[in-house]
Amino acid sequence: MVSTTSNLKSDISLLAHLMRRAGFGASRKDLEEILPLGYEKNVEILLTPQNNEPVDKFKFLRYYPMWWKPGTMGGAGQATWVWTMVNSNSPLQEKLCVFYHNIFATGVAKVDHYDEIEDMIEMFREKGLGNYKDILMSVAKSPAMIYWLDQNENHATAVNENWGRELLELFTMGVGNYTETDVREASRAFTGWTLEHKLPRFHMGRWDWEFKFVPEDHDYSEKEFLGHKGNFDGEEIVDIILSKRSTAEFIARHLYSFFVADEPQVPAWSVTPPKDPKAIKFLADSLLESDYHMETVLRKLFNSDFFKSQLFERVKNPTEVVVGTLRLVGNPELPTPEIMEQASQIAYMGQDLLNPPSVEGWHNGIEWINSGTLMKRTNFVSELISDTSRPGVVDLLERLKKVDANAASLVDESLNLLGPLEVSEITRTELINHVESLGSFDWSNNSGLQRTIELFQLIVATKEYQFC
Amino acid sequence: MTTISKPTTKDPVIVVLQLSGGNDYLNTVVPYTKSEYRDYRPTVNVGEEDIITISDDVGLHPAMAPLADIYKNGNMAIIHGVGYENSVRSHFRSMDIWHTCEPDKLGTEGWLGRAIQNIDPKKENVVTGVSIGPSLYRALVAPGVPIATVENLDSYGLLTDISPEDKRDRVLDRYKKMYSTSLGSGPVMDFLSQTGLDALKGADILNVAPEKYSSSVEYAENSISKKLKSIAKIHLADLGTKVFYCDHGSFDTHANQLASHRYLWDNASVAIRDFFDDLKEHDADENVIMFIFSEFGRRVRDNGAGTDHGSGGVCMVIGNSVVGGEYGQYPSMKESDLDQGDLVPDMDFRSVYTTLIEDWMKLDPVPIVGGTFEKPSFIAK
Repeated sequence: MVSTTSNLKSDISLLAHLMRRAGFGASRKDLEEILPLGYEKNVEILLTPQNNEPVDKFKFLRYYPMWWKPGTMGGAGQATWVWTMVNSNSPLQEKLCVFYHNIFATGVAKVDHYDEIEDMIEMFREKGLGNYKDILMSVAKSPAMIYWLDQNENHATAVNENWGRELLELFTMGVGNYTETDVREASRAFTGWTLEHKLPRFHMGRWDWEFKFVPEDHDYSEKEFLGHKGNFDGEEIVDIILSKRSTAEFIARHLYSFFVADEPQVPAWSVTPPKDPKAIKFLADSLLESDYHMETVLRKLFNSDFFKSQLFERVKNPTEVVVGTLRLVGNPELPTPEIMEQASQIAYMGQDLLNPPSVEGWHNGIEWINSGTLMKRTNFVSELISDTSRPGVVDLLERLKKVDANAASLVDESLNLLGPLEVSEITRTELINHVESLGSFDWSNNSGLQRTIELFQLIVATKEYQFC
Repeated sequence: MTTISKPTTKDPVIVVLQLSGGNDYLNTVVPYTKSEYRDYRPTVNVGEEDIITISDDVGLHPAMAPLADIYKNGNMAIIHGVGYENSVRSHFRSMDIWHTCEPDKLGTEGWLGRAIQNIDPKKENVVTGVSIGPSLYRALVAPGVPIATVENLDSYGLLTDISPEDKRDRVLDRYKKMYSTSLGSGPVMDFLSQTGLDALKGADILNVAPEKYSSSVEYAENSISKKLKSIAKIHLADLGTKVFYCDHGSFDTHANQLASHRYLWDNASVAIRDFFDDLKEHDADENVIMFIFSEFGRRVRDNGAGTDHGSGGVCMVIGNSVVGGEYGQYPSMKESDLDQGDLVPDMDFRSVYTTLIEDWMKLDPVPIVGGTFEKPSFIAK
């Protein structure tokens, strides 16, 4: 393959963009390894996690056996997942878990049972690239969701609308596409869908839950839902919902705002048009044509021009900040106690995984940033990028030793190796000024190393570094 | 226009406590004499013998005993039937309406953000507004208004891993230059620039608060106590903070309401009592009021284990300058007076805000709440 230097760079930039969005970013070393395969082949690798070696759960559990079933133990549930995200060979599979977790936001604040929410994440891991209907039906039967939205309190004689409403408002159609009657009728169709304990709840502790359908608690009478009449049950309601274009458009906006570019928050979608209506139409068409097959739709998304043109148009969410940084600097081969603290950092930055603030999930984009979280993001990355015992940091330093020791080259090459990142001319000038003010970079007496690290710390503190 | 306040302890300070999830009005301030209460609440009710009566018509939930003491001392206003027309039953939308005062369209600015803009238009103090917790509430958002969001007051600072100190100063100097020189490159970048600079300045100011604090009050170890304790530390450090914000929850009690509602109020009531005791011990309570609200009340009829989303709720205001007592009318619970099974609020929430803004914070309420509203007089003149 013949390629000019500038073409090679832009290939690397685009591949880095793909890996940031479809995963948690990649180090320069990793990018160089996969670059020869080409962009499209790398998309295919991301879309076929079954071909990759899965994370060895037992490697982790040998160190933390009590985290197998964390129950109500705060922190352990997140740490297991974060460990998996950091070490996965199938980053899109894990990224999709975050995507679905943000839509089907279910939290331990109410469920009070990490195992159940972890089971839901495992379901996303297995089915995330499959059919949206499959995922939706699994969510409807997930004990965590049933408990979270009081579906176990939805009875033939006393309808509880919590699940029925959120199914329409947040999981499929969005406000404005259904009436209060539809909420009621959908809720009736799900009566009798409840949970039970696999073993008696008391007095031996907290046992796993499982889905249970109680026919005598199901309302079998006629329902009228979105213009259809019949003795619908939950699955038929889901079929009707998925037949509506508004559902495809709503899911398209979820995909766009998570993978392509920041959009206003979900509650604004009923009153704010999409940033790129053509992209939404394309994704909605793809969803309907493929019968909501997520692998098919994501293949089209990642290969689309609108995706390839939106570099650095999303503010990193806290999971991307923490997992991305850990993958960049290189993680220890075996789990260490620090994984617990690193997982907590995601929560400190405003994204308490497995414990979203509400069923709406987290507000994304610029709303991740406030003076408190910006401080935490900057401090976390700065601490790791200055840790010279990390293999990823060592690799970056070795590469920089070979660069001309003038300020502009050092800054440009550091930005290139850390991304490639795009920064404003003003930021670049300030970085160069800083490097110049430090004096010479002499690698023989440690000043080169110290000053390069200082430059890294300043780069990760820039505004531009908050985007991905 | 109002005069710019100088940061002294004697300027009015407001502490907002948001009860997230929809607090059940009926089981908070219980209309125990009304027969409808027992009819609609066969399961999810407060036992007659447990209610702390505060008048001939209503009583408080038993977990609110510390608040009942405050009420009986005349330092707590209970404002009945607060809400807005065509109440929305979605948590997020309703909370947005309370935060932005925009019931008919999507608002982006918060009422307290606008208040802070008025208190400190030249942004002389970046800690005029402090939010305790990880997220920035929309109530506090307004263009150019810095809000310090503090989760842990003891470790608040930027690039604290860089040492020695002169090296950190050098990096922070450059940080400041990078963040100040690119203003004007779009709203998102502007917001980031401003946030970075505010973070830098706010940390310098807030860092003194934990060092200066000492108190004989022992707060509980739960989250609401920790939040109010952080607020007390900052207030007592006399840093010029006028608006504090925190939340407590979740009050979304669709199921298992009796136990969880009691637990939530038990924690909150004790925390509020300790907070005011702490301030009083330092002779710093007279210029502080606390405002407590929730995005909506809950459905009148229980669902067997809990209550679903409703409309119409209760607000409370606590402090030395509060004229204690009940304000407004408890909405009728007669079936014919209910709207889709919910209470019909009689007092617009912007009325309550108007009193807080005009009578307490001494600002012009009209541009802040977006109109003129009748105001209940629960602040002493």
